Amino acid sequence: MKSSNPFALWRWEKMFGQWQMFGEGFLRTIEVAALAIILALVLGVVFGVISTSNNKILRGIARVYVEFFQNTPLVIQVFFMYNGLAIAGLRLSVFTIGVLGVGIYHGAYVSEVVKAGIHSIPVGQVEAAKSQGFTYVQYMRYIILPQTIKIILPPLTNQAVNLIKNTSVLAMISGFDLMYMADSWASSSLDYGPSYIFAGLLYFLLCFPLATWARKYEERLKKNDSTHLPFDAAEEAITC
Amino acid sequence: MIKLENVNKYFGEHHVLKDINLEVKEGEKLVIIGPSGSGKSTTVRCMNFLEEPTSGKVFVDGEELTQKNKIDLIRRTSAMVFQSFNLYPHKTVLENLTLAPIKLQKVPKEEAIKKARKYLAIVGLSEKENVYPTTLSGGQQQRVAIARALATEQKIILFDEPTSALDPETVQEVLDVMIKLSKENITMVVVTHEMGFARMVADRVIFMDDGRIVEEGKPEHFFENPTEERTKLFLSKILR
Repeated sequence: MKSSNPFALWRWEKMFGQWQMFGEGFLRTIEVAALAIILALVLGVVFGVISTSNNKILRGIARVYVEFFQNTPLVIQVFFMYNGLAIAGLRLSVFTIGVLGVGIYHGAYVSEVVKAGIHSIPVGQVEAAKSQGFTYVQYMRYIILPQTIKIILPPLTNQAVNLIKNTSVLAMISGFDLMYMADSWASSSLDYGPSYIFAGLLYFLLCFPLATWARKYEERLKKNDSTHLPFDAAEEAITC
Repeated sequence: MIKLENVNKYFGEHHVLKDINLEVKEGEKLVIIGPSGSGKSTTVRCMNFLEEPTSGKVFVDGEELTQKNKIDLIRRTSAMVFQSFNLYPHKTVLENLTLAPIKLQKVPKEEAIKKARKYLAIVGLSEKENVYPTTLSGGQQQRVAIARALATEQKIILFDEPTSALDPETVQEVLDVMIKLSKENITMVVVTHEMGFARMVADRVIFMDDGRIVEEGKPEHFFENPTEERTKLFLSKILR
């Protein structure tokens, strides 16, 4: 007679017999997250930079992008790509939807981080660059953005952590990511307890070191440096 | 070399420059003095369009300076030294000097470094080429900023209160460098409160008050026998 405890040992044994399934999901999650982070960074830098430009139209476009993706649920955005676009004839693989959906969504947050970073650089830097004849794009690239990196690294890392967790939205469109695999296993075996705990642990293994590193780095920055940090912890906590 | 024609500047309602007409000849050392808020910094910042005049024209090296050509024209003709130095903190001293020549003037790297070392020697900071600006004293930073301006080998150098942010004991080292420069055929426009310096190097002194040029003349005339009451009052306060 097997124990009916949801966390009984035999349930764990059965699950670990299926470790490959979890492994595949874990790998898929890492792949989607890695590509989405790259996409979010590219979008974030581009929109962050143009949202500080003097061009009203460009600023407007950046504003719309940020507000739209920050103020609608990620799930809707992903469902739209999965179902809405499919009806319109554009069929994307769930992998692509994962990268695009999560990348574009977090790009909006990264854009706000980059913008705040740029605003934290003293105006004298831009003046010095202009007085030497640097164009807007040139001084962003050579003078302003390199100085913001140190400041925005902690909030960017927090964004990466949020992004990794949010890839679990893929489970809702059968994305074969870690959450999906865990959920499939849970519902077919009824071993919900071990399955979710194990998946949660795997997410934790990815996110905890990043979050810890970001926190330590930020503490060090505050201690060693007079750099004005434009972000406070409370503000970061609500960013998704 | 530089000409301002009927230049007016408003900051909102505030009329800070009132019909400024002014010409600086090639190689001339022009010193602009006046109480704070008199518009002298704004005047010099109009000369490289860090401030764009609300009305009136600015000519640099025979060409009218416009929004369209400002980057190109400034890149070829002028450099600026700021009150707060505005060195690039993420670059070493040497890189601060070579950045614009390499990226904007397309000087080969080796040559740019050679020139940079030459100008660092002129300001007496050869041994500091590999340190970061924030490790230097204010006076040293300003000497690096002057070297950075020199390294672009422009015909014009604009100085916007270069010693106002310095500790009293480091003012002289910066002035010494500027006196040395004044022997060269560089057009210098200097906004300053250093009357001794003005008297020693100026070919011409301009006194501004309330957005207007009140009086101009050779330093001998200016300091010993000013015409205007306002100038006398100012000088009596500043020269003890």
